[in-house]
Amino acid sequence: MKRESLINLILLGLLVGFPVWAMFSDEPFFITLATKAAILAIAGVGLNLVIGQGGLVSFGHASFFGLGGYSMGILASHAQTYEPLVLGPLVIDGSQSMPIIWLVAMGVSAVAALLIGALSLRTSGVYFIMITLAFGQMFYYFTISWSAYGGEDGLSIYVRNTFPGLNTLDPIQFFMIVFVLLLLVLGFCARLRGSSFGLALNAARQSSERVKTVGIEPFRIQLAAFVLSGMITGLAGALFADLNRFVSPSMFSWQISGEIMVFVIMGGVARLCGPVVGAMLFIVLEHVLGGLSEFWHIYLGFLLLLIVLFARGGIVGLLAGREKAHE
Amino acid sequence: MSEPQASTHTIPPSNTRLNSYAPVLNTVEVCKRFGNLQASVNINLELRAGEIHALIGPNGAGKSTLIKQIAGGLKPDSGQIFLNGVDVTRLGTAARAKAGLGRTFQVSALAMEDTVLQNAVLGCLGAQSGSLRLFDSIMRPGALRTQANEALERVGLAEHAHKRTSEISHGQRRQLEIAVALTLHPKAFVMDEPMAGLGVQGSSALIDLLGGLRHEAPILLVEHDMDAVFALADRISVLVYGEIIASGTVDEIRQDAAVKRAYLGDEQ
Repeated sequence: MKRESLINLILLGLLVGFPVWAMFSDEPFFITLATKAAILAIAGVGLNLVIGQGGLVSFGHASFFGLGGYSMGILASHAQTYEPLVLGPLVIDGSQSMPIIWLVAMGVSAVAALLIGALSLRTSGVYFIMITLAFGQMFYYFTISWSAYGGEDGLSIYVRNTFPGLNTLDPIQFFMIVFVLLLLVLGFCARLRGSSFGLALNAARQSSERVKTVGIEPFRIQLAAFVLSGMITGLAGALFADLNRFVSPSMFSWQISGEIMVFVIMGGVARLCGPVVGAMLFIVLEHVLGGLSEFWHIYLGFLLLLIVLFARGGIVGLLAGREKAHE
Repeated sequence: MSEPQASTHTIPPSNTRLNSYAPVLNTVEVCKRFGNLQASVNINLELRAGEIHALIGPNGAGKSTLIKQIAGGLKPDSGQIFLNGVDVTRLGTAARAKAGLGRTFQVSALAMEDTVLQNAVLGCLGAQSGSLRLFDSIMRPGALRTQANEALERVGLAEHAHKRTSEISHGQRRQLEIAVALTLHPKAFVMDEPMAGLGVQGSSALIDLLGGLRHEAPILLVEHDMDAVFALADRISVLVYGEIIASGTVDEIRQDAAVKRAYLGDEQ
């Protein structure tokens, strides 16, 4: 087994082992922390697809995180109040079923990513960063003024949504749902890397001229990657809202985009489990350092600086060594 | 900037065998201007089946600009470009590659982090019809990989297939550029200085390779290495200040007074 695969297995083992330990130790708070780490890891895996594989530095992934969150919030709030959701001629009942909410969250994120990507992928470099950021901020200010769904105060959902056959209010069962989704998303990305789409996306990052010269339009594959990435991050947003039973405009804020990017870089850009270790570390630091000082981001910044300067492959790179060319 | 009309003349090729072929690739009155600089002036260039047509000229003559317009990276201000009689002027680079134009770059534009084999497989991917798949295992043994290996074998890179492209030599990257172009089974090759930076041995191997390739698809060759040009070319066009000042066989170009004056120098 390759060294990196072994490290990935250990990381995932730690992520699943910790809440199991917490369950036996009767520490439900730690299960919630692990659940948050797993959800952020899913968001990071989504972002890593465009940053790591595609070389597209999106600073607006909070758009999809927030859209996922609001998809959940809106559907669940309508289900809660038994008021159907009226979209022009379309009248839809709300839903508290997680699978339905996930599908809607991913669908809404896909449509948004298609539009945002189609516009922003015509630019590159710093302009791409700014356009993606601008879209995130547009959603942020829109939801602040969207009084129908709580405006600035956000929207509370009183009961966690349901999953057939499971009690989602039990922290460990909700964690396991999230963990299985994380494994599915990781499996999807692992398959993608070895596929013809993955090869072309990876080549487009290195030389878009090369890809064009062999007859492949880089814009299309990058747009497809952007949509897939947005869908994964949207799913994470729906789960995050379900974890907190609350959505607010802050899910769209640029700080969320920044935080996801920071822990992806810390964990290891383009590494399959980079976002997983990054999200775990982020949550540990938030919990430990956050208890010491409300300015704990200073320490986070210092750590990020060290990693960027001395460990270019992030923590996974540090542990597993230089990445082999994929075969 | 443009030269007087009198200095532009075309020498009809003496080789009647070549003359009988319809052009595979040709440009008609292609013009391109950057501000005050006229980079391409009414360029009419023909690449016929089975030939190597060299495009030579001093630095800044507009060779790269012309190649970019032919390959699709740059739109001409006016004029047309035809591939097998089909107007491709409005098509982008990827569509022209799909239409059968195989291009190599002056400065290698390969996926440097990928292996040599992956670069060749990417070429095969582009050549096949249909869309890219999300869940296939592209590097597993199969038809694409066999095709890629064949192309690498032809250029002499088979033993380096599993090396990272950043780890092979400059000359080997040149060979890989050609291997990737080969995987496309193009109707015409456009090669921008394939000999640049190669040693004597490397150049001579590449001359042998290109000499054999012309029978599969004609080659439009931009090259500064005049020994290579004279060894390979069936016809030569000379570009100076964005204009083709002469076009003809090797001997005709060697003897052409205007070319000697403008480019080759008296010692030629």
